[in-house]
Order: sequence, then structure tokens, then C-alpha cells
Amino acid sequence: MAKIAFDDDSAVVIIGSGAGGGTLANELCQKGIKVIVLEAGATQSVATFINDEWKSFSQLAWLDARTTSGSWRIAKDFPGLPAWICKTVGGTTTHWAGASLRFQEHEFKARKHYGAIKGANLMDWPLTLKDLEPWYDKAEDKMGVTRTHGIPGLPGNNNFKVMHAGATKLGYKQVHTGRMAINSKPRDGRGSCQQIGFCFQGCKSGAKWSVLYTELPKAEATGNLDLRPESHVTRIEHNAVGKVSAVVYFDKAGQEQRQKARVVCVAGNSIETPRLLLMSASDKFRDGLANSSGQVGRNYMRHMTGSVYAAFKEPVNMFRGTTMAGIVGDEAGNNPKRGFVGGYEMETLSLGVPFMAAFLNPGGWGAEFAWWMEHYSQLAGMWLVGEDMPRETNRVTLNANVKDKYGNPVPNVHFDDHPNDVAMRKHAYTQGERVYQAAGAIRSFRTPPYPSTHNLGTCRMGASAADSVCNAYGQTHDIPNLFISDGSQFTTGGAENPTLTIVALAIRQADHIATLMSQRAL
Amino acid sequence: MQAIRIATASGGAASAASTVQQAPLTRREFLKGTGILLGTLAIGTPIAALAPSRAWALELKALDTATGDTLLKFGRVLYPHAQLPDAVYALLVKDLDAMAAADPKVATLLRDGVAGLDRATGGAFAKAKPAAQLAAVKAIEGKPFFATVRGKCVTALYDNEMTWTAFGYPGESFSKGGYIRRGFQDLKWLPDPPADASPPPFLG
Repeated sequence: MAKIAFDDDSAVVIIGSGAGGGTLANELCQKGIKVIVLEAGATQSVATFINDEWKSFSQLAWLDARTTSGSWRIAKDFPGLPAWICKTVGGTTTHWAGASLRFQEHEFKARKHYGAIKGANLMDWPLTLKDLEPWYDKAEDKMGVTRTHGIPGLPGNNNFKVMHAGATKLGYKQVHTGRMAINSKPRDGRGSCQQIGFCFQGCKSGAKWSVLYTELPKAEATGNLDLRPESHVTRIEHNAVGKVSAVVYFDKAGQEQRQKARVVCVAGNSIETPRLLLMSASDKFRDGLANSSGQVGRNYMRHMTGSVYAAFKEPVNMFRGTTMAGIVGDEAGNNPKRGFVGGYEMETLSLGVPFMAAFLNPGGWGAEFAWWMEHYSQLAGMWLVGEDMPRETNRVTLNANVKDKYGNPVPNVHFDDHPNDVAMRKHAYTQGERVYQAAGAIRSFRTPPYPSTHNLGTCRMGASAADSVCNAYGQTHDIPNLFISDGSQFTTGGAENPTLTIVALAIRQADHIATLMSQRAL
Repeated sequence: MQAIRIATASGGAASAASTVQQAPLTRREFLKGTGILLGTLAIGTPIAALAPSRAWALELKALDTATGDTLLKFGRVLYPHAQLPDAVYALLVKDLDAMAAADPKVATLLRDGVAGLDRATGGAFAKAKPAAQLAAVKAIEGKPFFATVRGKCVTALYDNEMTWTAFGYPGESFSKGGYIRRGFQDLKWLPDPPADASPPPFLG
């Protein structure tokens, strides 16, 4: 592994080692570019991952203080935990379920197709599906996505059998075990899925693509990567001409360090990325870095979500096998006749008894709640995930009243569901319940959203510097050597799980950065 | 008979299987703790099979026996599972007692809360009729005492192997090779999906 000096200003410094940052790091290293990755979390491995929900949560989740506000139910149920994302090498690719879906063409042009929606800050992406297709292709190949590149689909588990039986009875056509970045057979030096059932707790077989044991070791093998775990970045500095020049962070020993940089790429997920830009405010950039548009932290999206669990007379044992290898895609299109714009996916999901107790109905108690827990082995479950509306007022801000251990303001996440989100959730719950009723459910339950796993949009890309933070390559409009490299870039959210798009954008961004560097434009 | 001691508090995941086998309690041990809860697991249940002994004991550090017993019954009203033995609800008392030992304010909150439940049920909540217990709990829903106990139930009652066994959840699976050869698609009461929707597993 490379060891790059603190005062060496020739390297690209990437903040965050998840789907965006970790992929970008490998792509740059493969092109011969020196890269430093600063990751706030510690290093785990397939050997140290734990098949235990709460213990794994303590090991992987980002648990630094955060606050919430707004009318979303998360602010009531989990006021200190707006997001369920990770603080570990590999970021949330340790925890993610593996669903890898391309955006649909119209989702890149949401403003054009959906029109002006009151209370929504819709905007078209500065790129099209056609622009991104070659990069999606590279991302799918890299991640080993099933049902692409000749890779067979995963075998369906019991939970999928229930979904499939109900959905097809209802007339749905696009029902299968999904496009998953989980090996259905050995590939790329990793084995095949053993149906362990703990996808969210870090895949102990390594069958699920995670930056931790794919991109990062490959980057290290080039000799160009200097990966620094347990390095918590608190500030990005700039020089007199307004280019970023260094990154300040606290290392594992709690010592403050300053790393000089040629280029800085921020990939801390959509809460920490804008927080860091806001915390880096200076005399020159009084509202934070790259924030001349005032859009940094705004347009926070978290996908319309919800779950349906249903009880059957016979056992299901939904916890056995790949958690999310099951999808109904028929509701993903834009069909405003349903009473909302955009669409949603239905995906199999299962929780163990510990998390079922925490998330089935937060705050719930009594005989009714007990009934559901006692029927655990007879439950089937699905997650509903769809496009939510970007709103300027849904935003990440600095909460000056609460400080983290470094004395910095914690992020506050404010969110109000848009009426479109509410209408879509209602439709999705109804259809989800109908799927299970068609399969013979004796009862069904509408579980409210979990803490957000899909955090998007807080440094959106756009054609104009007046109303967006970065351009189609994630390069900030205001500071040419500062890039946004995670889901914060998303202009709108689409209905699809975002990781594949984050990876595709990271591969494309690496290509662009390398070109600019070779042209001495960076 | 030997008694198993409910493990001292250390987070949510205590289990009968991991408790230490203890010699029968002596009078001295009774006096050492502030309170003690005792119980016996029913013969022939999967949970009893997990435990090294059917008898169990929980020594309390901050709360007295009557308070501990009332909190146990309160847990049963909040999350009534007939098939779970008192040993599971004792895990709740264990965690609450640990909180009380660490923070006098919590100890006061719990003692006052229990006194309130007793008053609301005409003297002794633990001995009151189920309907009276439920009414007393409903009357304090959302209050700090209620929220503290209910919040602790989520981990104490549901993050332990006794409950998992009762509800058919086996916990970790990696050491057993996952479920690829152990029934991940053994559901028989619905038709199997076609191969294009669900291809056969790769078994190497």
C-alpha cells in the first residue's frame, strides 16, 4: 500500500470508502493515479462480520449523534437515528442488500415527465439514460449483477415463493429474484451465495459485492492507494484562489492531521457530505463550500418506503436465504392515473426476531403486537421503495445546539413527506397487502419506514450553477477540484435502489478526473 | 436442584444457554443482593432443553424483590406471550435493575412507577386481575416510566435465545453453512416459481 506524505499535494483525496468513494478510489488507482482514502470507520472483514442483528448494528452502523425534525414518522420513532448507514471501511456496501437496478429513462427527466409539482423541487438530470448506459454496463460487470452479463439469477427462497405466488395471481408480470450484486455462482474470486440470511449484517461468504473486499484490495494491489481507516474528516480547506488544498481530519489516535490534496472527492453519504461542506465555511465561502446556489444540504431524499408483513397458516421461515432476492417491477413505471407521479418497486425483505421487535411497529405493545411476534415463522415480508419528491425544505443543516466529540455541530435532518409520497405509500401498501392476500394471507400489517438507507440529493447535479451544486460529472460548479462522489449528486431519486447508479457515476467520474488531470486542468 | 443464575446485565443478549451454572443459593447470597427473583422452567419445553437447569435465580442490585416482581408482571402485560416463561421476563428486570444501579434517577422512576401501578390496582399490581393490570398500564401509556420499561422490553424480551427458540428463529446460520442445503426453499404449500423467475441453486 502507498504511504503518501501529509505535505504531498499530488494525490486525489477521497473522503469515504463506500459505493461511491471506494469505487472511485479503485478506478483512479487502476489508471495510475495516487489516491488517499479517509474513512471514519474501522476495518472489518467477512471473518469479523456477526450473524446477530444488534451486535452487527453496533459493529457497522454510523451511530454518531444526529438530530431530526419535520413531520416524517422517523422523527418520532427514531429521533436520533434518521439513517441506517455504516461507519466502516467499505461504508454501507457492507450492509446493503445487493439490489442493482438501472434508473428508467424518464426518471432522469423527472421535471419534464412529471411537470411542475407543487411543493416539489423537481429538476432534470444533466445526463440521460443513454449517457449512463455504458457506465451502468461497466458497473454491472464489476459488481457481478445477476441477470446481466450472462450471470444467472439467484434461486428464490421461501419468502420469494410467497411473493411470486401472490403477485402472479394478481396479474403482475415482472416477478423474479431480481438483479442482485450477489454471486449466484462463483465469480471474480468470490464464492456463491450460501443463503445465509444475514445480508444486512455483512456477507460472511463474500458472495455479495462490497467495496470492502473487491474495490479496495484491487486498488491496494496497484500500489497507488493509501487507505486510512478511523480517520474522521472535519474540514476541507482551500487556497487563496478558491481551490481546495487540504483536508483536516482526526486520526485513530485522536490526533488532528492535515493532508494536502490536488483534488478532493467527498463521498460521505448524503448526510455527512453536505455537513462537511457546510462545516468548511470560510471568509471566502461564507455559506459553505460549493454553496453559491444555496442548494447544499437541500433536496434531501430518502425514497418513499414502507413494508408489508403478512401472516399465513403455514410456515414461511422468511429469514432463510438471500434477504432481497425477489422483486415485483410492475409498479415501477410512471402512471399518474394511480394518483401520484413516479413509481415504486416491491422487494422481498426479512428481519430477524430482534429487529422485528424494533421495527414492525415502533412503539407498539400489547396482545396485538405479541400476536405478530408469535407468528414470526409464518410471516412473509416485502419492502416498498419508490421515488420521493425532492423539496428544498427537506434538508440537512448544522445543529449548533448539539456537538459531536470533536466539538462540531451535528447534522439535523429535516423531512416532511410530500403529498405525492403519501399517495404513493398508500397505493404501495394496498398493493402489497393484495399480493399477500392473493397468496392466502390470514392477516397483513403495514410497517412504517425504517431509518433511511437510501439518502440522496443533498448536493444535486444540474446544468446550471444557479440551482445545483455540481455538474454531470459531480464536479462542483464553484470549485473545480472539488467533487461530489456519492448519492448526494442525485438530482432526483428514481424508484430504484441507488447503489448501482452511484457506482456507475463513480466509474464515469474517475474517467473524467483522469482526463482533466492528464490535461493539467486539475 | 441447582439454579441457573440469570447473567449479570451486559446489553440485550443474555440467554439461558450462556448462563453460568450455580450451586444452590445460600442464605448469605440471599442477603447480599437487594432483591431476588426465583423461578422454574416448565419441563419438556424447548427453552428448558436449552438451559443447564430448570431453576433460575436473578439477584437484584438496586431494586427490591417486590419491585422486581411487579416490573416482571408489567412486562407480561406489555408483551403478553403465554409460551414465554418468567425467565424471559426476568431478563427485562435484570436490565432495568442494571439501569437503576447505574442511575439513581432511573431507580426512583421505576420505584415510583411501580408504586403508581400498585395504587391504580388497589394495592398490588402483581396480584391484580389481568383486566385491572391492563387498565393500569393503558392509563400510563407514553409516560416516562412506561416508555423506559417498554423501550427496554424491545431488546430484553426479544434479543435472547429463549424467545428465538419459542418463536422459531434460530439466529446465526453461517457456522451451519447457511440455508442453501437446509431448507431455504422448502415451502411446499404454494407452487414453485418457474425457473426463469427462480433458477436452481448453484451447489458447486
